[in-house]
Amino acid sequence: MKKPPLSLYIPQPPARPGDKARFDHLSFDLGAAARMPDWRTPETELRDLPYGLVRVLGVEGSAWDPHLAPEVMRKGLRAMVQTRLFEDRFFRAHRQGKVSFFMKSTGEEAIGVAQSMALEPSDMCFPTYRVQGWLLARGYPLEKMINQLYSNERDPLHGRQLPVLYSARDYGFYSLSGNLGSRFGHAVGWAMASAYSGDTRIALGYVGEGTTAEGAFHEALTFASVYRAPVILAVTNNQWAISTFAGVAGAERTTFAAKALAYGIPGLRVDGNDFLAIWSATCWAASRARANLGPTLIEFVTYRVAGHSTSDDPTRYRPKDEGEHWPLGDPVERLKDHLIAAGHWTAERQEQMEAELFDELREAQKAAEMVGSFGKSKPPVSEMFNDVFKDPDWRVTEQRRELGI
Amino acid sequence: MPSMNMIQALNSALDVKLADDPRTLVFGEDVGYFGGVFRVTEGLQAKHGTKRCFDTPLSEGGIIATAIGMGVYGLRPVAEIQFADYILPAFDQIVSEAARLRYRSGGEFWAPITIRSPYGGGIFGGQTHSQSPEALFAHVVGIKTVIPSTPYDAKGLLIAAIEEDDPVIFFEPKRLYNGPFDGRHDQALRTWAGLPEAEVPEGHYKIPLGKAAVVREGAEATVLAYGTMVHVAKAGIADSGVDAELIDLRSIVPLDIETVTASVQKTGRCVILHEASRFGGYGAELSALVQERCFWMLKSPIERVCGWDTPYPHAFEWDYFPGPARLARALLKVMENS
Repeated sequence: MKKPPLSLYIPQPPARPGDKARFDHLSFDLGAAARMPDWRTPETELRDLPYGLVRVLGVEGSAWDPHLAPEVMRKGLRAMVQTRLFEDRFFRAHRQGKVSFFMKSTGEEAIGVAQSMALEPSDMCFPTYRVQGWLLARGYPLEKMINQLYSNERDPLHGRQLPVLYSARDYGFYSLSGNLGSRFGHAVGWAMASAYSGDTRIALGYVGEGTTAEGAFHEALTFASVYRAPVILAVTNNQWAISTFAGVAGAERTTFAAKALAYGIPGLRVDGNDFLAIWSATCWAASRARANLGPTLIEFVTYRVAGHSTSDDPTRYRPKDEGEHWPLGDPVERLKDHLIAAGHWTAERQEQMEAELFDELREAQKAAEMVGSFGKSKPPVSEMFNDVFKDPDWRVTEQRRELGI
Repeated sequence: MPSMNMIQALNSALDVKLADDPRTLVFGEDVGYFGGVFRVTEGLQAKHGTKRCFDTPLSEGGIIATAIGMGVYGLRPVAEIQFADYILPAFDQIVSEAARLRYRSGGEFWAPITIRSPYGGGIFGGQTHSQSPEALFAHVVGIKTVIPSTPYDAKGLLIAAIEEDDPVIFFEPKRLYNGPFDGRHDQALRTWAGLPEAEVPEGHYKIPLGKAAVVREGAEATVLAYGTMVHVAKAGIADSGVDAELIDLRSIVPLDIETVTASVQKTGRCVILHEASRFGGYGAELSALVQERCFWMLKSPIERVCGWDTPYPHAFEWDYFPGPARLARALLKVMENS
C-alpha cells in the first residue's frame, strides 16, 4: 500500500502587515483560575491552573484580588507611568544620537513594577532587559540610570555594558546580559544557596516566551524542581521575540505556564497587564517558596507594544495597529481607571503626577548630560582593563602600558 | 606524611575545604553517594552530609548555572563535570556568565566557582573521554585554568582554586590519577606509592595559581609542559640526552611568564609539549609569547610536539598521543641549531 507523503508544518502568525490584527488563537477565559487555591495546596491539585488566566482588574469579585491599600496601588501606578515616560524619553534620545541603543517595555510595565513592590527588598531578581520598572519602583536614582545609558564618566558599570543592561545589587537586581536565558539557572542556584544557608530570602528569575526554547530554561526548571528551590520563575509572554511570534516557541500547542506540569511544579497563567493579578500571583508563589514548598512557574500574558529595541522596526513583520487590538488593554490605563472608579484617584491628579514625573526626568537627564551623553563623556580608559579578574595579571599590566595608560 | 595518589589528594583537598568552610559545596553527576566515577568525591557525602556533597541532574549547563547562582549568593561551589569532553553544554555559562560577570556588573557580582573535570587521553577512552580542551578556556578572558601533574600539586592547587574569588577550571589529568605516566604505554603500570611528589600533607596548604615549577634544571633547551605531559617530558628528555630544563606550567591562566621567559633566555631553545591538537592549541600562544620575548636569544625555531589535528582516535591512541620518542626527536632537532 502506498504511504501518504509526509508534510512539514511551519507555524505562521495569524496576521502580517496589512492584515487585520487577530488574537482569537489565545484564550483569555479565567477557566480554572476563577478560583484561588490556598497557596499550601499540593501541586497535584493545581494542574488545571496553567490553562486558566488569573485576572483581577475588570473581574467582578475576583478570587485573586490582593485588596491592596490605595496608596500602594498609587505607588505602583506612579512607577509604571515613570517607566513609560522614562522609556519614551530615551527611545527619543536614541533618535537624537544621545544613546547608542535602547529597549522599551511599553505595555509590560506592570510586571516589573508589581513584582518589585510585592517581593521583599532583600529578595533577589534575575531580570531580563524588559523589566526596568523594577528599578524605578524601588527608587533607583534616575540620574545614575541615565549615566548607565550614556556610558559616561559616571556610568556605574564603567562604560562596559550596552545601555539598559543594568546591574544594581543594592536594589536586588542582578547583572543583565544580552544572552537569553543564561541567568535563569542563576536564580535557581541563588535560591538553593539561600535555602542551604537557612536564609529567608527567595529569588525571582525572568525569561521571555521565546527563551523557553533554550536549553537553559529547561535546565533551570529541572534544578528548581529537583531541589525544591525557593524561586519564582517568570515567563513574560509578550507574543513577540524580535520578529518571531510565540507560535514558533510552541504557543500553538499549549500555554507557557503548562511547561510547569512536566516538572511537577505549579504553573500560573496570569494577565500580565493586570497590576493586581501580577501582585497576587507573585505573593501566592512567594508564600510557597518561603514555606519550603518550592518553585512556581508564572506565565505573564502580555504584549510587546514597542519594537524589540531601537534596532527593530515591527511594522515589517506584524500589523501596525496590532497593539491597539490587544485584548488585555494597557496596564497603566487599567490600573488608573480602577483607582479612579474606586474613588482613589482623579484624572487631574494623574495629569499633575505625569507633569511632576516629566519634570523630574527632564532634570535628571539634564544632570546626566552635564556629565555627557554617549560619546561626549566616557569613563577613564583604564576601566576597560579593570574587573576582568579580581586582581589583574601581567597581561593587563603590559597591555595598559602598550596603550599608554 | 601520608602517600596519596592524585585521587586521594584531590579528595583530601575537598575534605579540607568542606571541613573548614561551610560555604563549600561539592556536586556533580554521580559525585554524591557513589563518590564519582573516578572516586574523587568518595566518602565526602557520608562525612559531610547530603547538603554538602550531592548528585545533580545530567545537565552540565544546569550544573554550572546553579554553581554560578550559588557563587553569586556567597557560597564556594565546587562542581564536577564528569569528563572534560562533556563540558561543552556548559560553555555558554562559563564564557558568557562566569567569566564576564565581574566585568559587566562593574564589580558588583562575581562567581567564585571551581569547575573540576578529568581531561586528557592515555586510557583508551576514545573521542569522548580523552580530549584536552584547555585552549578553548585559556582564550576566554575572565577565567583561570589550572592543570596539576602530581598529587602534591593537585591538592595545593585545588585548595587555592576553591579559595579564589574568580572562576577556575581545574582540569585533572585522568591518566595520572593512579600513577605517573611517561607515555611508555607498553611498560608496566606505575603507582604513586613511594614517590616524593605523592607525599601529601593531610591538612590545609596552597600552591599559588600562576606559579610554574621548574621540574628539572637544564642548560641546553627549555621544555614547556603541563599535566600528563610533564611526565612524558621527563622520559623524552632522558631519551634525548639533551640537558633540557623542564617547566611544569601548573596553571595556563594565569601563566607564569617570568619563569618561562627566564628559562628560554637562558637555554636559547624551546620545545612545547601538549596532548591537545596542535593548530590553535595553547602551544601556539606559548610559542608566540616566547618568540616575542626571547627572539634574540633563540638559537633554533621553537618546536611544538602535540596531538595531531584529528579528533581523538580510539584504535590509534598511541599514534596520536605525543610520547617521549616524539619529544626526544624535537629536542634533537632544536639541538641541530646553535
